[in-house]
Amino acid sequence: MAAQEVRLCGLLLQEHFGEVVEKIGIHLLRSGALNLRAVVQETNTSLDLVKKSLCVLVQHGMCTFERSRRGVVEYRASCERVLRILRYPRYIYTAKSLYGDTGELIVEEILQRGQMTMSSAVKTVADRLTHNMEDGQSMDYAEVINSFTKLVETHFLQRCPPVVDQGTAATAEPSSAGGPDSPAPTVTKSAQPENHPDCYKVPQIHLTGRGKRSRSSEDGEGDQRAAKRAKVDNTEHGDEGIYWRVNFERFHLHFRDQVIISAVASKLDQTSSEIVRTMLRMSEVTTPPNAAYTQPLSANEIFRSLPPGYSIARPILDQYLTLLVDDPMEFVGKSGDSGGGMYVVNLHRALANLAKATLESVVQERFGSRSARIFRLLLRKRHLEQKQVEDFAMIPAKEAKDMLYTLLSENLVQLQEIPKTPDHAPSRTFYLYTVNQLSTARLLLQNCYKTVGNLIERRLFETRENKRHLEKSQRIEAILASLQASGADQAQLQEVEEMITAPERQQLETLRHHINKLDSSENQVDETIFLLEAYTSSTTKASH
Amino acid sequence: MAGRGRGRGRSQLSFNIEVVGISKGDNLPPATLQPTPLFPPMEHKPVPLQVGEEAEYMLALKQEFRGAMKTLPYYIRPAAPKKDVERYSDKYQNSELTDGTMEWNPDWRRLPKELHVRVKRPRREKTPAVQRQGAQARVDTEDIIHKLETLEKKEEQVSSDEEEGEKKKQEEEEQEGEEEYDEEEFEEETDYIMSYFDNGEEFGGDSDDNMDEAIY
Repeated sequence: MAAQEVRLCGLLLQEHFGEVVEKIGIHLLRSGALNLRAVVQETNTSLDLVKKSLCVLVQHGMCTFERSRRGVVEYRASCERVLRILRYPRYIYTAKSLYGDTGELIVEEILQRGQMTMSSAVKTVADRLTHNMEDGQSMDYAEVINSFTKLVETHFLQRCPPVVDQGTAATAEPSSAGGPDSPAPTVTKSAQPENHPDCYKVPQIHLTGRGKRSRSSEDGEGDQRAAKRAKVDNTEHGDEGIYWRVNFERFHLHFRDQVIISAVASKLDQTSSEIVRTMLRMSEVTTPPNAAYTQPLSANEIFRSLPPGYSIARPILDQYLTLLVDDPMEFVGKSGDSGGGMYVVNLHRALANLAKATLESVVQERFGSRSARIFRLLLRKRHLEQKQVEDFAMIPAKEAKDMLYTLLSENLVQLQEIPKTPDHAPSRTFYLYTVNQLSTARLLLQNCYKTVGNLIERRLFETRENKRHLEKSQRIEAILASLQASGADQAQLQEVEEMITAPERQQLETLRHHINKLDSSENQVDETIFLLEAYTSSTTKASH
Repeated sequence: MAGRGRGRGRSQLSFNIEVVGISKGDNLPPATLQPTPLFPPMEHKPVPLQVGEEAEYMLALKQEFRGAMKTLPYYIRPAAPKKDVERYSDKYQNSELTDGTMEWNPDWRRLPKELHVRVKRPRREKTPAVQRQGAQARVDTEDIIHKLETLEKKEEQVSSDEEEGEKKKQEEEEQEGEEEYDEEEFEEETDYIMSYFDNGEEFGGDSDDNMDEAIY
């Protein structure tokens, strides 16, 4: 785990789980696998707090435990999983766009609690929806169950792998946890939820009713808290022990498809993007997650599956497909001629090209368009000498030198030595400039992590500096709210509002503006992080 | 051999510098003698952020999520440092914080046994109070039943001094017992209740006494 990643993980843990969990989490990330006593000793925290923090981390999937060979239980934190916290708003927004408000709330609740049973999720979401509805209306559980089922069927939610406590041990094993079957104590080491045969099976639960509207008290916050608490009901709904969590990989596949479609739309036109969208939709279930390209689809199938709003003639479809294949971005490739032409979407190549475009754009924005021209040249021509760079880029020698050295000092460009003679004499060696796309992408990824870390630190700094103002304004808002609830007249409200002076109001406004800007910057950097991570993982996990 | 032909040890590099384009006598920028400034002026300003409904909605989601996480029991606050002097306001302030952490009961079957945190301290505080409450309730009901029985007996029996005396003693003992019980346990909140509870026994006994004395 690189230093910047660990730092960012620490900040995210601190913001969402508090400082105690941050301390334990960072220590686990830095040290690899540790047992409980080692954690307590090395972090100087009380045993109670360490236990609670580990429970929280395991609940949210950021830490796993397994029995080591020596017989003690060892805990291991996952840096990648903690960094996903950055992407939670994107997951929730995607769920909203696909499955409406109900889907949005389901995903949000499960993300907040790490893992939940289906019945408690349904109840909490129904209560929340009822809370937002008008008086007298309430949300039926059946609708929420419906949305939940749809999310599971499209693999956006998955079951947590079952854990069997074999006396003193705790190993994860795949077994059919349907309820009546007692799990057989086979000790297979795979803890992947995908290996579980019932991973996406919705349990039969007995849950009927409607969401409850909690009594609206003066304290609106207490209301929210009451709606959020998963009340421990003594009634069993038939799905005890089956916990669900969000399937991040599936969301990532969806984001990847979205990125490809929007790239096609901006490079070519809307109709081509619709064709690519159709192709991707058809290959959703047949393509394994790490595949380099989708299964071949014939042009006839594509024609039949086009959405009804985009009815284009068959020869026009063929022309579009030819255009897509000839495009230098290589999104679509032709793999055969049967069935009117067999076409595939080149997933890995598309990701590589998109990453390349990101790198070029970064260089352009930081160093200017002429440096970007040199960079693009090196990407295409691989290795060039100093003189050749000047000639091809059509930039005067002095300026080209300057730009190359700046890029070299930033490590975006590397120098490659090719000796002519065995003694590597400097006068008889070629020095070639080159760009290695993968390592440059990794470098930029680390930069992105550092950027987000800086953004979070700056936001915390701004909040700390203006803490007094923020507290005062919160108190005044609380007073106003309680006055309004008890029906005070306008003059009193006016008086309370005037307790905040105009310059203070101005300062609060600027503070809010800054914090909003920093927050949305984090969201945007996360989009770049996603793209670069997808590219680096697609090249390392190379299948086929 | 190294550096023999070049500058007498002044600028010795491992490769021929002409290859990278710096010819002899070229105007090189002056050597830097200090670290680069912390916030160097930027020649190229960054591109403005994306705006739009989607960006704003995601921003709102992010901020709400952060706020929500702070109220959930997963947000662990370190134990408050011991104060030097006990203050009156402690009673009214600290209870809020501990509510959240005790709310969450994970599924212990899914966690290793060693992580099982027994919820000890608040339980100890709660159970004696519960016991006291229970004891008080029990004492109350016992008292009431006892007094009802004595009332019944009184109505049935002919009033005689001895019995009255006995009963009075019993009542006094009971009352003393109650009062002792009161003073020991119900310090803060229940003296209101106990003084309010008027069983009417005293009244009856007093008036009987008076009547006895009055009948000359």
